[in-house]
Amino acid sequence: MPLLKLRESQIMKIHYLTGICAIFFVAIHILFRIGMGMSFNESLEYHNVVANYHNIYYVILLELILVFISIHGFNGLRIILLELKQNQWWESTITILVLAAMIGVIAYGTRTIIIGSQL
Amino acid sequence: MSEETNNIKLKVYRTNYNKEESPHYDEFDVSVKRWTTVLDALLDAKSYSDSSLGIRYSCRMASCGSCGMKINGKPRLACYTKISELNDQTIVCEPLPNFPRIRDLVTDFTEFFAHHKKIEPYTHNEKVPIDVIKKDDLVEFKQTPEDVDKYLQFSYCIKCGLCYSACPTVATDTKFPGPQALSQAYRYTADNRDSGESTRFNIVDDRHGIWRCHFAGSCSNVCPKGVDPALGIQLLKGHLIGITKNDKKIATLRSKEE
Repeated sequence: MPLLKLRESQIMKIHYLTGICAIFFVAIHILFRIGMGMSFNESLEYHNVVANYHNIYYVILLELILVFISIHGFNGLRIILLELKQNQWWESTITILVLAAMIGVIAYGTRTIIIGSQL
Repeated sequence: MSEETNNIKLKVYRTNYNKEESPHYDEFDVSVKRWTTVLDALLDAKSYSDSSLGIRYSCRMASCGSCGMKINGKPRLACYTKISELNDQTIVCEPLPNFPRIRDLVTDFTEFFAHHKKIEPYTHNEKVPIDVIKKDDLVEFKQTPEDVDKYLQFSYCIKCGLCYSACPTVATDTKFPGPQALSQAYRYTADNRDSGESTRFNIVDDRHGIWRCHFAGSCSNVCPKGVDPALGIQLLKGHLIGITKNDKKIATLRSKEE
């Protein structure tokens, strides 16, 4: 599987870039909560959240946050687990499981975003 | 000035894995002066109290890196640590962490040197023709002081293993090369006589390679020679990830006529 044959420096480059991008987009997401002409609590009320899902730019923002945080977070988990044991079977199993979990979370989150936005 | 003597308690970790001796601490009362080092105190205990005390040492001047041990909780060279600077009446000596133990304060450096050897810690330079060496024309590489400054501090490494024993990643990941080997990989990468960075990058750019360094910085904190292995590792990461441009110009040879 070509993705598993990425060099560690390439994986870490993706890790750092997704981390930086996640910080940037989460900051925009939080600014939306406090800069919409209403209080933070009000912006989290059901109808306001649903209204956000009907804004295509916000939907794209949420999807990007989901993808970046999933890649960054699951690779971080892979790194932690790699240090627990050092053998080929463990390393390959962890890499495949973490990759599968990451795809699963992105797929489920995307489904939620699509349903919420009624695209 | 009269030399005042002070009595301290030396608490030494004792075990012998070959005899399946259970680990315990032995205490020795040693009389020390202002300049007495931990190694002097240990040798005093070995000479006058218990000759079976296992210690490894050689140069007594922080050059050979043989007498590394954990002194009062921190990896240090016994010959380079004065009792007076520890400000304690009880000095606890234990073997270096992260190393297999052999006997008492003596640890096994086989794995440590294997990691060092793996990164090919010597100058690769395919452009140097072998026949030049045979003709005895090869004199030296041309290097400016600025070129030397790029790697000089990393060449002060005496391979004492203190950084390796302080590294939290080495404690959990046995395949991790450790700060010593990785900083030496940078030392040769920064050296403009060397052209083997791609070979070395392939070695360190591994699942258990350089990227498992979490920049705790404890390696730099314990180095007795003032080397900053954590800095070398971060600089090498910069090369691997492409942030740092590798604009190194390979040094040319100076002929005898020059």
